[in-house]
Amino acid sequence: MEALIAVLVGVLFAAGTYSLMRRSIVKLVIGVILISQGANLLVFTAGGLLAGRPAFVPSDGTVPPAPYGDPLPQAMVLTAIVIGFGLTAFLLALVARAHEAVGDDDINAFNKTDT
Amino acid sequence: MSELSILLPILIPLIGALFLLMGHSSLAVQKAGGVFFSAVTFVASLYLLFAADAAGYVVLQVGNWSAPFGISLVADRFSAVMVAVSSFMGASVAIYALSEIDESRLRRFFFPLYLILMFGVNGAFLTGDLFNLFVWFEVMLIASFVLMSMGGERAELEGGMKYVCLNLLSSVMFLAGAGIIYGKTGTLNMADIAQNLQASPDSDWMISSSMLLLVSFGLKAGIFPFFFWLPASYHTPPSTVSAIFAGLLTKVGVYALFRAYTLMFAPIFPEVQPIILFLAVMTMITGVFGAASHFDMRRILSFHIVSQIGYMVLGLAFMTPLAIAAAIFYLVHHIIVKTNLFLISGVVIRLKGSSDLAKVGGLCKSAPWLAFLFFIPAFSLGGIPPLSGFWAKFAIVKAGLEVEAWISITAALLVGVLTLYSMTKIWAEAFWKAQPDEQATVASKHPGPLAYMVIPIAVMSASTVLIGLFGAPMFEFSERAAAQLMNPQEYISAVLTTKGEVQP
Repeated sequence: MEALIAVLVGVLFAAGTYSLMRRSIVKLVIGVILISQGANLLVFTAGGLLAGRPAFVPSDGTVPPAPYGDPLPQAMVLTAIVIGFGLTAFLLALVARAHEAVGDDDINAFNKTDT
Repeated sequence: MSELSILLPILIPLIGALFLLMGHSSLAVQKAGGVFFSAVTFVASLYLLFAADAAGYVVLQVGNWSAPFGISLVADRFSAVMVAVSSFMGASVAIYALSEIDESRLRRFFFPLYLILMFGVNGAFLTGDLFNLFVWFEVMLIASFVLMSMGGERAELEGGMKYVCLNLLSSVMFLAGAGIIYGKTGTLNMADIAQNLQASPDSDWMISSSMLLLVSFGLKAGIFPFFFWLPASYHTPPSTVSAIFAGLLTKVGVYALFRAYTLMFAPIFPEVQPIILFLAVMTMITGVFGAASHFDMRRILSFHIVSQIGYMVLGLAFMTPLAIAAAIFYLVHHIIVKTNLFLISGVVIRLKGSSDLAKVGGLCKSAPWLAFLFFIPAFSLGGIPPLSGFWAKFAIVKAGLEVEAWISITAALLVGVLTLYSMTKIWAEAFWKAQPDEQATVASKHPGPLAYMVIPIAVMSASTVLIGLFGAPMFEFSERAAAQLMNPQEYISAVLTTKGEVQP
């Protein structure tokens, strides 16, 4: 299972990087989204994958029965997803406004602030 | 009581931002509240600085969970001085904002965002937890994204796009690095990570995640070859915003680099040292050449941020007590001087309507006081004795001579000369030469009086002179802070032995 998800993380990073390199600013946004999902999945996998072992404490005990899935990476990924969601919303709004102001979807038209 | 001192610099800006969000209908409340809360944050940060200097470490286990299970807030001397200087800049630039920020920006929550930015910056300096650092970075970045692009003009939106995209990428790298570290060590507490790594017989497995963090922090700090977003975006927003960004944001990246490589990755530092050294030298050189090739005051200053970051990272790369002390001194000096120079470029725009050196001139005659105020930070940046920049550069070079890094030192001295060259260029073009006739200058309209712009500039210039003249106490403090950084064991035991009441 880990190997499969590792490949998936790689594919997400590769596809994201490819999209980032394209000239369209919309594809730029797609690239950022793909890469950030890849990172989320990476964190999730790095914490260890255990199917069907939630960290629930049984009613007659004080610790969950080992082995149990570590809940912390899931909390981290959840935080990262929420932050990523907010940032993506902002980025989309920014792209829309920038597209209005520049009048072009091509990143090469965004050269006014360049050197 | 000392636990309170570490919370206040984080809580006050947050409370201020919430308060200003409630009072958003009144411009007077926005202005007075923005300055008031920034000033109170500064006072609180001084309290923290004295508490941290006296005790060595101020540690707070949030929610009373013992480390490494909860989130620890840690202030050693280095983070305390960073908080103090940042809050000093925050308070000064808030006064400056009264004069430059127009009504439409104030109505779009300029001051609440400004306080959230301070909240994020102070939090990033004070946290002792890697994932928490990520969250503070995001708090800071979200506020800075909006501040950067809120004007809605083409240049701002273009600069904002580049800034946002590259910083998002840097956050992703950070998250990936932190996740891998967690997967390997099972902890996110920086002290605990450091302890794990020291105890580990082969620590090479940490190099991959340390490189991810190097790229991430390097992007935020603006080191070579990740700095391209910086000169493409920092000259677009109002001077108030570029000044506070120039002063604080890249320095948070530098701080994170220091924290990572003096604490967490200290055992593997010898293996990455050549990389950091190379990056530092290249950062200095590319930054200063970029500055030399430009003819717009704010663009020149943006490139100088990059070049100066190189000096600080060079201090990290040498990794001797003197070099680290020099880098801390350099950070303090640089934050004050660079913020000040951006503020001065705002006054030039106010008086002449442009910061393009081809269009402005004659300021020496028409505004001699401004020439005087510019002279101090500009030539401090260039490293002219007895201003603060001279001592900062001198200490870095001396530390380099001790480790016999001849190439780096040659580069540092050469870059110093070129820095002086571009400062002289601004001086000669904007202040010395006569006003070019064909360009009738139009002073741009500002909502507030000029005095609000001049007061912070004068205060910062005065502190530059004071640091230069009375550099010894400041440098002794830097040495004490560097001694802490060079001895991560103290930090680890300070964090891990401060018990919370809740024991898992």
